[in-house]
Amino acid sequence: MSILINKDTRVICQGITGKVGEFHTRGCLEYGTKMVGGVTPKKGGQEVAGLPVFDTVAEAVEQTGANATMIFVPPRFAAAAIMEAIEAKIPCICAITEGIPVLDMVPVYKAAQAAGVVLVGPNCPGVITPEECKIGIMPGYIHQKGKVGIMSRSGTLTYEGVWQTSNLGLGQTTCVGLGGDPIVGTSFIDCLRMFEEDDETEAILMMGEIGGTAEEEAAAYVKENVTKPVAAFIAGKTAPPGKRMGHAGAIISGGKGTAAEKMAALEAAGIEVAQSPADMGTAMKRAIDKA
Amino acid sequence: MKIHEYQGKELFKKFGVKVLENRVARSGDEAAAAYDALGGAIAVVKAQIHAGGRGKGTFIENDKQYGVQLCKSADEAKAAAEAMLGNHLVTIQTGPEGKQVNQVIVEAGCDIARELYLGIVLDRENKLPVLMCSQEGGVEIEKVAHETPEKIFKENFEPADGISSDQIKTLCDKLELSGDSVAAADTFMKALCKLYVDLDCSLMEINPLVVTGSGDLVALDAKLNFDSNALFRQAEVSEMRDLSEEEESEVRASDAGLSYVKLEGNIGCLVNGAGLAMSTMDIIKLHGGQPANFLDVGGGAKTEAVTEAFRIILSDKNVKGVLVNIFGGIMKCSTIAEALVSAAKTVGFEVPLVVRLEGTEVEEGRRILEESDVDLISATDLTDAAEKVCAAIK
Repeated sequence: MSILINKDTRVICQGITGKVGEFHTRGCLEYGTKMVGGVTPKKGGQEVAGLPVFDTVAEAVEQTGANATMIFVPPRFAAAAIMEAIEAKIPCICAITEGIPVLDMVPVYKAAQAAGVVLVGPNCPGVITPEECKIGIMPGYIHQKGKVGIMSRSGTLTYEGVWQTSNLGLGQTTCVGLGGDPIVGTSFIDCLRMFEEDDETEAILMMGEIGGTAEEEAAAYVKENVTKPVAAFIAGKTAPPGKRMGHAGAIISGGKGTAAEKMAALEAAGIEVAQSPADMGTAMKRAIDKA
Repeated sequence: MKIHEYQGKELFKKFGVKVLENRVARSGDEAAAAYDALGGAIAVVKAQIHAGGRGKGTFIENDKQYGVQLCKSADEAKAAAEAMLGNHLVTIQTGPEGKQVNQVIVEAGCDIARELYLGIVLDRENKLPVLMCSQEGGVEIEKVAHETPEKIFKENFEPADGISSDQIKTLCDKLELSGDSVAAADTFMKALCKLYVDLDCSLMEINPLVVTGSGDLVALDAKLNFDSNALFRQAEVSEMRDLSEEEESEVRASDAGLSYVKLEGNIGCLVNGAGLAMSTMDIIKLHGGQPANFLDVGGGAKTEAVTEAFRIILSDKNVKGVLVNIFGGIMKCSTIAEALVSAAKTVGFEVPLVVRLEGTEVEEGRRILEESDVDLISATDLTDAAEKVCAAIK
């Protein structure tokens, strides 16, 4: 098993006629993902990467039986695109787009919750179940089927963790990029719940960063509810307060959201915390060996 | 994006949030004229910079002069303005180099009965904006929040609906506002919530929010930050951007689509992805070095933008070495390699350069670098890269 997606997942791409959408649709196809179509308003009837393009998500779902979507729609239209996927009740929605105004995400988050669908992102690399299904922009070859469930607020830092676990032969069940925005659809806790329930996942690696309190909440959840070994890394130990570190969500404000606070909370919950970003894989291994 | 207090107050006025009458002045004479025009017995001269703590901050050129000063005559207003303009104000938020004051406001006096605090931010936990207030106005609110969180009262609101009269009544009770002040708070708070949503704010703070002798509410300060992702639909706000308040290199970077933050150290970093960029800074420090910057080239950067990134990093005179750390996803290693070669030709590297490439098109990227005559130190992984760059600058 895995979480969220597997070899049978049927995926569409919203924004498939854009350069980036097309590029990554091809990347996913090459990886072996069952890409079944794409959506761009007013471009229905065209074909991209050998896949049919539809005007609306509802139409695409009806024609292709899609049960997942990846969204590459430009930021100013992206919230509406996610909303359309929610209304079409697509169970797994990955919003890759970076730069969506945060207030646009308030009603979108609420709608996803109400509809009972999983929204991953926005501003995330996507989700991958190695050797089965890749939805998003991550380089496929660094992944390896295995036993670690990975979740992260950052894109390329996720690759780093994935690469380290692959090199140690641990491999991954599913890797979820949660996204770097202040409001994202899926939290660490949502993933922890899914990884805990997943039979194949034997251990969990989380990568957090400064800003907000998502890591502290995750730590509290792990303490109460997670039996599997967990390791973590927090980026931004050296980041000065009040400066936004690229991600809209990565900012220390009002003295809250520092790396030190987060690491202390994680350690207090019995989580193996990597001090160096080069030590994420080995921290995971230590946590597994201890268990 | 940040704006000045006087600009914030213009926006407040527009939305029906009460502020005191004020005039902007860019010289001592303008300040004196502003004092006379206001016509009161007192006025306050306030330095306009993008940083808080002005009332307690003093100037590098004159440590007896504060950033906010009460004046009782046009001459005093003129003297205060002249002591501020062109000089550098240091506050708890500016860093030791301070910020140059290019304009002041002269503001009418006010009959202050009580000072409250009011702020609106995004509540990430509840995924909604939250209006926060406290009776502890005028002081450092971070301290209040940390030491006595029970003294801060909060109400979430839906962006589409704003805050309700019932919620405001609840807050009024906790703030011990009664009589006419409750009606005043209703208008005041509703207008602020509307402004926060309509203008895509990311933070709004009024500290202090004054209750006057007659029970009215007046915003004595205005701190507004905006969601930079929403500026495309906020033309009026975008025009308020004051580039002279921002680090020049950071402005250059944002024009090139790069995310750059200047820091104090001497190892320049060029990384793709914000999380990895922060981690690269962290690992440099872990190995005894000091990062000179945060720089995320993003996913879609072309050769030109990456070349500009090298220019910006190398324009920092403190930089004694550069670490390039790329884990290709959207970004191809070959693009970075090409940019590196081009930057070496156009910009020139006079400091050691350590390069670590992994991910999409890594083989092609390594080949481009090997076949070029760029003098660089290649690294195999993160630790190797950090060790090599720290050793290279010694």
